[in-house]
This record gives sequence, C-alpha cells and structure tokens, in this order.
Amino acid sequence: MATRARGGRAAAAPVVQGLDPDVPGSAAALLSREQKLELYYWMRLTRSLEERLVNLYRQTKVVGGLFRSLGQEADAVGSAFALDKAKGDILSPLIRNMGAMLVRGAEPTEIVRQYMAKGDSPTRGRELNIHFGGPERGFIGQISHLGDMVPVMAGVTLSFRLRGEDRVGLVYIGDGATSTGAFHEGINFAAVQRCPLVVIIENNGYAYSTPTWKQTAAKQFVDKAAGYGVPGERADGNDVIATYDVTKRAVERARRGGGVTLIELMTYRRKGHAEHDNQSYVPDGEIARWEKENDPIDRYVRQLRSELSASDEELASIDARVRAEIDAATDVAEQSPMPEPTDALVGVYAEPKRVEPLWFRSGVKSAVEKHERPAGWGTFDG
Amino acid sequence: MAEAKEITYLDAIREGLTEEMARDPNVFCLGEDIGAYGGAFKVTEGLQARFGENRVIDTPISEIAIVGAAAGAAHMGLRPVCEMQFIDFISCAYDMLTNYVATARYRAFLPTPMVVRGPSGGYVRGGPFHSQNPEAAFLHTPGLKIVYPATASDAKGLIKSAIRDEDCVLFFEHKYLYRRIKEQMPDGDHLVPIGKARIAREGSDLSIITYAATVWKALEAAELLQRDHGISVEVIDLRSLLPMDDEAIVATVKKTNRALIVHEDTRTGGIAGEITARINELAFEWLDAPVLRVTAADVPLPYSPPLEDYVLPQTADIVLAARRLAEY
Repeated sequence: MATRARGGRAAAAPVVQGLDPDVPGSAAALLSREQKLELYYWMRLTRSLEERLVNLYRQTKVVGGLFRSLGQEADAVGSAFALDKAKGDILSPLIRNMGAMLVRGAEPTEIVRQYMAKGDSPTRGRELNIHFGGPERGFIGQISHLGDMVPVMAGVTLSFRLRGEDRVGLVYIGDGATSTGAFHEGINFAAVQRCPLVVIIENNGYAYSTPTWKQTAAKQFVDKAAGYGVPGERADGNDVIATYDVTKRAVERARRGGGVTLIELMTYRRKGHAEHDNQSYVPDGEIARWEKENDPIDRYVRQLRSELSASDEELASIDARVRAEIDAATDVAEQSPMPEPTDALVGVYAEPKRVEPLWFRSGVKSAVEKHERPAGWGTFDG
Repeated sequence: MAEAKEITYLDAIREGLTEEMARDPNVFCLGEDIGAYGGAFKVTEGLQARFGENRVIDTPISEIAIVGAAAGAAHMGLRPVCEMQFIDFISCAYDMLTNYVATARYRAFLPTPMVVRGPSGGYVRGGPFHSQNPEAAFLHTPGLKIVYPATASDAKGLIKSAIRDEDCVLFFEHKYLYRRIKEQMPDGDHLVPIGKARIAREGSDLSIITYAATVWKALEAAELLQRDHGISVEVIDLRSLLPMDDEAIVATVKKTNRALIVHEDTRTGGIAGEITARINELAFEWLDAPVLRVTAADVPLPYSPPLEDYVLPQTADIVLAARRLAEY
C-alpha cells in the first residue's frame, strides 16, 4: 500500500475518473477488453521479435551482443502502457525494455536495423541494440552506464514541472544499478524537486551474474522508497495487469503533483545477461521452474481465456499479425545499406557539423607537408 | 551620458548570467547553495530574488544529478547553467559529462545545450581540493567545449556565448581573478565567440601561449623581459581550449618563430602538450627553437604558501624560460 506523499501542492481534480492512486486495482479496472488484447499483442511482439533477433544473431547478421527480455515482457509492456501518448509522457528504457519501446512507438524495422548496424538505423550505425530514441518519440535512449538515466529523467521531468505541463516521466532501473551513485542522486534530486517521475526497479534476480543478495542488504528494494521520502509499491512484474495498475496509479499520482513514486517489479531473467552468457551461476532448476510456473505470456493467455473469453482464433490472429510484421521488418532491414564510413565524422557538435578527417584518411597531404614554408627554408646560408 | 563603471571578473559573470536569464526564459541555474545564499563566491547573488526559485534552483550535494538533470532539461529545450561549487567537484560528474552529455548529439541526435561553470584554479591557498584546473581531463572528450577566460569582459562575453551555444560548454572561472581585476564592459549585447583566441600583447621575438590566470603572469613577465632584456614578447590568451584557435597559434609562431606555452595545470598530459603537437604539425619549419613549457609540477596542489608558490608557475619562471628560449 502506498504511503501518501508529503505536503506539496493540493491534488487537482482526478485526471482519470474512477482512478485513485492509493487504491490498488482502480486503474486496471478501467482497462477495456480491446486494451487488454493490445497488451497481449505487445508482449507477443516483444517475444517473437527477440526470437527473430536470435536467429539473425546465429546467422551473424547481428553485429554486437543480443539482449533478451524473455520472461520479463509483462513488466516492460504493462508499465509503458500506463503512460499517456497524447499528453507527451516520456520513458527511458533499459536493455530489457524493448517491449516498453514498442508500446511507445518504436518500429520492429528500426530495432532490427539497429541490431544489424545499418546506415538507416535510428542512430545511423552509431549505437547498438535498443539504444535509441528522443523526447518527441516518447522514449529517450539509455546509455550503457547504468543509473545515469535516473538523473537525466529527473531533468526531463523537472522541465515538465518548471513549465507547468501535466506530463509524466518513467525511468527503469535494474536491481543491480540501484547500487550506483547516479540512481541515488537522481531519485533523491527528483524527490526533493517533486518531479513527476515514476522510478521502476525491475528486480529480475540477477545483475549479469550477481544475485540481488550480493547487491544490497535491504530485504526488498521497495524499502528504499522510505529513505527518499516517496511512496513505494511492490508488484508482480510477471502479471501484466498488476504491472499496468501499479504504474498507472503512480503516473496519475505524479500528474496530480504527487512527485516521485518508487515501484519494485518482481520478475525473473530467464536468459543470460546477453546471448553469450551460459548462466552457469544459476542454481539448477531455477530457470525451468520460472518457465513452467511463471511465464508472463502463458499466465496472461490463461487470464484472457478465463476472464475475457478470448478465443483461440482471436489470439491466433494476433500471433499471425505479429509474425507478418516481424517478417516484413526483417526483409526491410536486411535490404538496408551499411553506413557510409565518412558519416562517422558527422554530428559531434551542432557546429561544425563535421569534424576534419584525419590527414591519412583524407587523401590529401599531411598538415606538415601542405603548409607553406618560410622563405629560405632548407637552405644553408652559414 | 554617465560614465560606465568598471566591474570585477566575478560581477561580469553575474552580469552575463543576468542578461541571458532576462533575455531567454529557458535559461535557469542549478547548483549547491546558489539560491538565497548566492553561491560560495556570490556569483549568483540576487538572481533568485529576481528570477524566482524555479530559475535559480538549490540542489542537494549531487554533482551527478546536477549535470544529469541539466542534460535532461536541455533535451527538452531548456538552457541550464550548472554551478559546481568548486570546479574540483566536476570529477564527481565525469561519467555524466563524458559518457552521457558529450555523446548525446552524436549517438542519439539529442541536443544538449548546457553550461557547467565553477570556480577554478590556484594561487589562493585552497589546497588539493579547492584549487584544481581539471580542463585537460575533458579536452580529449569529443562533444564538449571548454572556455577559460582571463579578463572580465571575456568572462561576460563567453558566459553569454556559452549559454547560447547548442552544445555543452564547460566554463572555467579563475577564482584568483574573481575580485582582483576590473574592467569596463563593452556596450550592448557583448558576445565573445567560442574558439577564438586573443592577442593580449603584441611582440616580435617570442610568443607566450597561455590562458586564464597565467595570462596575467605572462603579461608581467613580458613587461620585465622588455624592460630588463629588450625581448619583445607576444602573449596569446587562448580563451577557448576546445575548440582551440589553431589559426591564432600558427600566426603567432610564424611571426616570432619561438613559442613558450604556460599553464597553471600540471605538466604531464596537460594542454601544453597538445598545443606543442599542433605547432609541430602546423608550423614546424617556422620554429627557430624547440617549444618550451612552463607548468605546475606534477603533484597535487599543496596548501602551505611556500609549497603552493613552489609548485605553481610564477612570473620569474616565465621570465627565465623566455630568456632561455630567446637565447636558443
């Protein structure tokens, strides 16, 4: 149960009728059948697109590492679904939040191009995997230095507050990155400044090979909320509806001027840190148990069948749509060109737009050879 | 018309900040103790009273968050000016500046127009953690810009240009100069372009290339060299370190054929090495002597006056090195 945020401005009239940030379930209760089926689509798209990327990786068409979110699709999709596109909400994903980016409008084609280092990928081949985005798209790409996006999103949401906009930000952080200074400084800054920011700790059990009990002595990550003076909630990250509900309520709390909420989503990373990781550090049977008993898509399909009477045909047609989209994306991305090498020199600064090529790459004489020499240079007049 | 009065280097920075905040509602300041208190050196004194708490924000002691939040706000179109209470603490935000801010435009096409400013430099008995000149640590980070003014009018003109720049500018302020130098500000909207050096003194026998507080030591030395030894010294004040004004460096070397580089920062890996390499690449045949350096010794800056004075470049050191260079 959330604790009420301290002081601050008076809550405005409810932004969403019938939704009380402090009443669990009140957000999920407002989801339509269509929206619930959409959640299934996003989770299925996430999993199937990653499976396609694995194939491309094995064909050596993916240039860098490949990062999976197998078993974590619900937490990414359910939380991102809680943001409001029309209002201009912004999130910053982690490497296992491809699903969140898809929900916010990232295209499968872009993701495949990006993994394949293509010249028409969102970063024109400058960055890897799902490191891309921009405020106008509703998601800002992460960098590899974990924790850094918390202060950055504190600043993004500070701009919302300073300008009196009713926009909200969401930033994800892994269990491991809660140990960074950037996480601490960022959430503390955002809390003090009452930024409209939702901070989601995805507790998936491991940071690379390090289990959570070697990461923190805290019993649960949500306990850290008290230290920052912000409401904290913990939810089942493998339950897409619960994830949506807890995030949506935090989003509305932020939109009403309630500042930061810290959410811990409990999930499990079924694949290694990246595709190369053999997970030798995982106790026997642990992965199989999560796969069998707690797969977020299997769970949600059961729920859709029992609660919405979703039919086999209905779900199969979504699966077919997903397959077709991924096939099309792969075809397009495979045809994409690799970048022009000299594009590497463009865009470090606004001005100059392009840095000078190194002389040994420029096809001209070196700086030493090309400049004029003083009169009499090289002569001996002694 | 009333005679315009002279103002200090510190007041000039405040005047530049004030003008930019008045001109552009997107400009705001954030940092430790900068609001009601006005900052450790009072650079932001009076700004919160004039512009309000939303535009002069007191932050927790969190350099990562100050710089990171500035970056996020800058992505959204604001123009943050971060104060590091002492520039020594910029190292706490090194990751955020070099990995996040400096790469943002290149890797993600994210504009990050922001300024990080703070009191820098020694000669003030500040000891190892209140005297640093960490500019070289950022010089080899593509994506950042670095300026380090030596005069009051340049301080004003450069802070204004830095705030208007589309990229992140590190603005080093020399605290020894804060209240020691005064100048009448040029009229109007005074902007000094980033990337342009200044000839602080014309001369013909040798060039001293320097920046920040040592510009004044170089000028003192030039005066002594002329008076006592008949050596005519040209002094180049770089003002901007990144981008660096290669044209001005080459021009002075072609003119005097002898270059002495002076900086207050330590020697190894210091900016003098980079300037030497550029002279080597761009004007080697014009040299009549090897490029020499006068810098601090390679030690953390000690507190006690005899120790600090021994470590930092002094006017006498510059005179001695310049005479060697002239005689070579």
